[in-house]
This record gives sequence, C-alpha cells and structure tokens, in this order.
Amino acid sequence: MSAVENLTHQPVEGEHFTITSEATGDVWEIVVGLEVHCELATATKLFCSCPNMFGDEPNTNVCPVCLGLPGSLPVLNRNVVELAMRLGRALHCSVEPSVFARKNYFYPDMPKDYQVSQFDRPINVDGWLDLPDGTRVGIERAHIEEDTGKNTHAGGSGRIHGADYSLVDYNRAGVPLVEIVGRPHIRHPEQAKTYIDELRAILLATGASDAKMEEGSLRVDANVSVRRVGDPELGRRCEIKNLNSLRSLGRAIEYEARRQVDLLESGEVVKQETRHWDEGAGRTRPGRSKEEAEDYRYFQEPDLVPLDPGADWIAAIDGAMPALPAARRDTLAAAAGVAPTETAVVVAVQRDLDQLALAAIAAGGDGSRVLLHVEHNLAVEGAESLDPAHFAQLVTMEVAGQLTATQAKTVLGDMLESGKAPDAIAAERGFEAMDSSELEGIVDGIIAESPDEWADYCGGDDKRRGKLQGFFVGKVMKATKGQADGKAVNAILDARRTAAG
Amino acid sequence: MSESLTRDDVAKVAHLARLELTDAELDTYTEQLGAVLDHAADVAALDLADVPPTAHPLPLVNVLRDDVIGPTVDREEVLSQAPAVEDRRFRVPAILGEEP
Repeated sequence: MSAVENLTHQPVEGEHFTITSEATGDVWEIVVGLEVHCELATATKLFCSCPNMFGDEPNTNVCPVCLGLPGSLPVLNRNVVELAMRLGRALHCSVEPSVFARKNYFYPDMPKDYQVSQFDRPINVDGWLDLPDGTRVGIERAHIEEDTGKNTHAGGSGRIHGADYSLVDYNRAGVPLVEIVGRPHIRHPEQAKTYIDELRAILLATGASDAKMEEGSLRVDANVSVRRVGDPELGRRCEIKNLNSLRSLGRAIEYEARRQVDLLESGEVVKQETRHWDEGAGRTRPGRSKEEAEDYRYFQEPDLVPLDPGADWIAAIDGAMPALPAARRDTLAAAAGVAPTETAVVVAVQRDLDQLALAAIAAGGDGSRVLLHVEHNLAVEGAESLDPAHFAQLVTMEVAGQLTATQAKTVLGDMLESGKAPDAIAAERGFEAMDSSELEGIVDGIIAESPDEWADYCGGDDKRRGKLQGFFVGKVMKATKGQADGKAVNAILDARRTAAG
Repeated sequence: MSESLTRDDVAKVAHLARLELTDAELDTYTEQLGAVLDHAADVAALDLADVPPTAHPLPLVNVLRDDVIGPTVDREEVLSQAPAVEDRRFRVPAILGEEP
C-alpha cells in the first residue's frame, strides 16, 4: 500500500483543502495557479484576414501569412487589441505598451517554426479576479498570442508516441488567443473550478470569447504544488496539461497533490515537469521535462511595431464595460438584503436571472423568498421571461400565508407555462388559504384517530417525536389534499403537546 | 576569444536551431559570435540610465487593420506545393518531441 492510500483528506472550513498524513500527522495544503488560453471571438485571425472559424473544412482558412510563406507580413487585428483590453480591464489589469516576440521551436503545428506571442512586455499586467466565495486570485498577466495548427497523429496508437506520421490542419494557426496567467492563490480543487466558471462568465460578459471548453476555445493548464500548512515557501510545482473539462481539472489537481505528498513523505523530491492528465486512468503521467524559457530563444518580432493603445482607448473600454458577475452579485445581494456569497445570489447571476430577481424585489417581493425560488424552482428554460410583477405577487401571497411553499411552487410552474397571474392560478387550482380554526379541527380529529401514536409523540424522545411528527403532518396533508401549511400544522401539534404535557 | 561565450554555449544554440556543426565550425563560430557579444558588451558598459529603450527601429506604433474577412488561398493549390498530403491535410514525418 502506498503512503497516499494512508492519507485522509477533507475539505476544512472555507476554501482550504488539506491532506493529512496518517504516518507523520503532517498536514499539507495544495497550491494551484491556473494558466488559461482562450480564443478571441473575432471574425478574422490575429495577423491576417483569414476567417477565425471552428470546425471548417481542413486547410481552407489559410493564406500566405498564416502559412508562413516567404515575403508575407503580419498586420495586427484591431479587434484583437480591443477584446484583449476589455478582458484585461475586466480583470482589473493595467494596460501597458506592449511588443510582440517570436517563440522559436521545431514542431509542425506552426509553419513558420515560431509562434508570435508577447514575452517581456505583455499588454495586460497585474490584475485580479474575485471568486464568489470572496477569495481574490491575482492575475499576473493576460497577453496576446497566436493559436497553433491542429495535428492528427496517424498510425501506431494514434498518439504522438509511436505514430508513423502526422497530418496537419492550419485553419487554427494564427487564431488570436489571450493567455491569462493566474497567481498561485488557489487552495482547493473546487476553487479551481469556480475560478474557471467565473473567468468564463467574464469572457462571455465582455464578448471576448465564447469560452467553450468542449470546442477548445477555453483551455486550462494547472500548476500544482504542495507544502506543509504554515510553510511560507512554495513547493516545487508540476504543470498539468490535457484538462478538457472542469471535472478533469478538479480530479487532476487532487490526484497530483496526493502524488506529490506521497513523494515528499517518503523522502523523495518532486521533479519540476509537465504532466498529462489521463481521464480514463484517473492519474497524471510525466511528459517532457520543462524546458527553460531561454530554450525558446524569444526575440522581438521585427515585422510588427509596438502596441500602445493610449489613455483614450483605455478610457473608452472602461466606459463601455458591461456589468460583471461580481458587481451583479453585489447589486442583487444588496437589494435582497443578504450576503453576496449566498449560494442563491451566485446561482441567480450564473443563470442570468438577477435582472428578474431585482425587478421582482423592486415590485415589492420579499428578497429571500424571491432568491429561494430562483435557486430551487427556476432552473428552467424561459425563466427569464417570467413577469416580475406576477413573481412579486406570488411571493407576497406566500409570505401572507395564502399559499404554502408547495402550492407556490406549483403556481410558479403554471405561471411559466400560461403567463397568468398567480391569484388567478391559485383560484383555478382551488388553492385557498385554510382557515386556522378549520385546520385546528382537522389536526384534532387526526390526533383523536391515533391515540397510541399521539401518546408516543408526547412522551417519546426527540428522534421518535421527529418521526411521528412526519406521520401526523402526512395525515393532515392527505386530509387537506396538500393544502395545509406544514409550518402551521407543526405549530398546532406543538401547542397540543404542550397543553397535554 | 570572448570570455562570455564558451564552445558549449555555441553547441547548445546550434542544437536548439537543429544545426549540425563540425568541430572546426564550432571553433570558428565560438570566435565569431564571441566577437559580436564583445561588441555588445561595449555598449552595455555605457551609462544609458537616461536613454529610453528602443522597442523598434521604426518610429511607429499601433499599425492595425480592421477585423474584416479577406480572401484565402485555394486548398488544392496550397496542398499541391506540399511534399506530402493526406486526407486534405499536410503530411509530416513522425514528431519526436512533444507539443511545446
């Protein structure tokens, strides 16, 4: 049995995730920094006017520039600069004068044998992204670069090793990317997934990218290291590639952290390297050793002049910035009188239902009740077209005791289907508030029918009483065809028990 | 010969550029590249604290084009120029390294 299997892990309070060694009792934490590549939603490529289009016939979106033919010259796409800056400013980055560089390597996914990227002077530097749980993750940089062509490995296993040859499609070569380099501020696999969710929401809100992981327009690499809790030094990290879904991301981080703890606990060292996630096997495998940065022999791209967008362009970007998820959560939370970290608030913004919730609250609906419905009963198509005034009215009826929670859910479903007002639906369905003396009569009748259970309810321990409470409430619901308010029934039962007591 | 550049440095750079050099060529290039670096060292020795770095020899910034689709080249014409083609794609020899 390996040491890893002797380790227990549990998420502890808040965002921390620790691994405790049974052998030594040492408590380890994971440190994660994510690098995200996203394809920008432009009409054309970064340096030429070929279409930027996913899924077209191979090698149809190519021209002398992106094929690297002699004598061709790149010209920067204005919209790339616009979208990259929009994203940078949304991530609270400073937009700086920047230059392009050639990253040289021998690999046939780029016909030029280099990739144009930004190296020592990137366009966006030093920003941050706030997670819904309140954690602030630093952004080191968000720079512009070219995407590469797509290789298909033929023969052998169909993988790169053992392939007889490869086939290359250059449609993607030269498609604009922004690489967003996050600082190692993530401490939990779930937090990594949340970070990607939040980043995706920002990419969509700014129109920078369609951010589809399944189509590869959003790709994630994870730098993972571990250290003993309290240790200020960062451990040696591994870069995990081939993370094609959020599920893979979370699993890979957890696996890799345990692997590293296992190594360190047994007195070995973590080798700094690139590793590939194998989703089927549920493990990471070593790739090539991380090349040193100078091996790419970066130097300034002589065919492109520097980029300096200037204060006016930056101000225009800031002036046109759409409402971002964090600000939308704050607005909704303030209106509803709850914390912006509440799950219902996070979910409302994720589902684009915050405008509906705000309108319903403005129309007099109780904030907490509105959010409760948004979180639990409105995960459906067309929810955003619900009439906010009707929604507010429904919530008000519920708060006034005219509808039980179950009835309100049913009425809400009917409202989505028919667009009718809640009072009309309640009348049609015969949902009428039950008179409290009528309900008391029904409860008393049921108590009289079941003297043994009642005695047990009054005299039993809490566990027994809880069970029998369910029994009585169930009978009342049956007798009233579900129209009784569960809370009211409980109150009556409690009052009768105290009186009997 | 330069003090800053060794024969091993030249061999490493040659490898990165996938150039196969003979022992005699390594000696020659170590000396020649060393002389270039020595010249650069002369510039580095100057006090340039007040001189802004030159980002590009041309006094231009922000050469941009609009995001409008233009003509592409015909696939058959492009592929006809390639040494090997299969299934509408460029066929290349087995890749020994890994993706960068």
